[in-house]
Amino acid sequence: MKPAPFDYVAPATIDEACAVLAQAGGGATVLAGGQTLMPLLNLRMSQPFIVVDITRIAELQGIRRADGGTRIGSVTRQCELIANEVLARDLPVLVQAVRHVGHHQTRNRGTVGGSIALGEPAAELPAAAVALGATIEVRSTRGTRRIPAAAFYLGPYMTTLEADELVTGITFPDWPPGHVTLFCELAQRPGDFALVGMVGALALEGGKIARAGLAWFGMGPTPIRAQAAEQMLLGQLPAAIDAQGVAERAVADTAPFDDLRASAEYRRTVGKRIFARTLREALHIGEAA
Amino acid sequence: MSTHHIEMTLNGLRCAGEVEARVSLADFLRDDAGYTGVHLGCEHGVCGACTVIVDGQAVRSCLMLAVQADGAQVTTVEGLAAPDGTLHPVQQVLLDEHALQCGFCTPGVVMTLAALTSDGQEPGEEQLLGALSGHVCRCTGYQGMRRAARKLAGAAAGEAP
Repeated sequence: MKPAPFDYVAPATIDEACAVLAQAGGGATVLAGGQTLMPLLNLRMSQPFIVVDITRIAELQGIRRADGGTRIGSVTRQCELIANEVLARDLPVLVQAVRHVGHHQTRNRGTVGGSIALGEPAAELPAAAVALGATIEVRSTRGTRRIPAAAFYLGPYMTTLEADELVTGITFPDWPPGHVTLFCELAQRPGDFALVGMVGALALEGGKIARAGLAWFGMGPTPIRAQAAEQMLLGQLPAAIDAQGVAERAVADTAPFDDLRASAEYRRTVGKRIFARTLREALHIGEAA
Repeated sequence: MSTHHIEMTLNGLRCAGEVEARVSLADFLRDDAGYTGVHLGCEHGVCGACTVIVDGQAVRSCLMLAVQADGAQVTTVEGLAAPDGTLHPVQQVLLDEHALQCGFCTPGVVMTLAALTSDGQEPGEEQLLGALSGHVCRCTGYQGMRRAARKLAGAAAGEAP
């Protein structure tokens, strides 16, 4: 065995879990799917005194309709999103995005809340939450907070989540039926971390774009909302959109890093290209538009 | 450091043990239960060699604590072949297609394909090939595994293998 010794508890309710987190005073780690935590424990990069397994808490499981949106419980397994009929109908881009999260075998254990709470900058689900305007619900013995995804991420693996708080669910607002979905990602192999990617949705009204939500992943320390590009799209007829121009504007707001796998310049160049192509395909517009 | 009593159904047999919280399911299966067909490559969830079936689904046994498997149904590669030695259909098709060389990654590959083709599921070719991306093989170049996956998808769709 490789991890440092720890205690393990598997509470049955949210209240019990919050009580343990409050008592531990920062010495506890929440175990959801474990697909990132277990390697960190094995490498002893994480050495908690107590591991709080929240996967046996029934209140945290499942996908259901909530007022004006879809609520995904934090320990819902990533694989459950792929087969879910509500999401396929109401939030198809989330189903597209989750297919790129890790591998089949890790999606069988990995949870939605785990990915949201980790804040990996190249991860698909945090970017989808930012793009679609999701709200992250967190609980502690001090009460409940509902945080817009765009305000949740502070930096790589850094969020506004306090040590005694637990992510309980993520609520995605409704997008109108028939909205356009956008998803593109470049990775070296299927299941690898994305080098660069974009996720989002566009809603049309009277032929014009009435609502836009776009966010990059792998393009900076957090998911990055492409707000300027959204503004360029709003009020436009698809045929009048300059996809290249929108993509250039979208890239201007990013802050990608150089690392072993790709340079920042490469991410910007490729990001611009795959986003422009995805936008054209999604809106059925030609190269010269 | 807490110690826990766990019970699971392991390859069809009841299995109980006392484990420290920090013991992974992979280590429990290998060191306590003796099922060394669970191969440990990376212990980071990358290589896929330790894949086993927990409650019907292929999962990385290195990314799960043994205590989390309390009450679960767990199958390792040792639990697939019939008592008389007849290979599981997935094992047979991997053999037929020369889908292994050194064999280190093979138990994991077998378990992924077995989970997806069990209980009358009819996975498509794309699904099986996609699931293979969760396994690293440094010998074969994957072509034999891909042929095997296509054959399994075809068999599920009622085509002659």
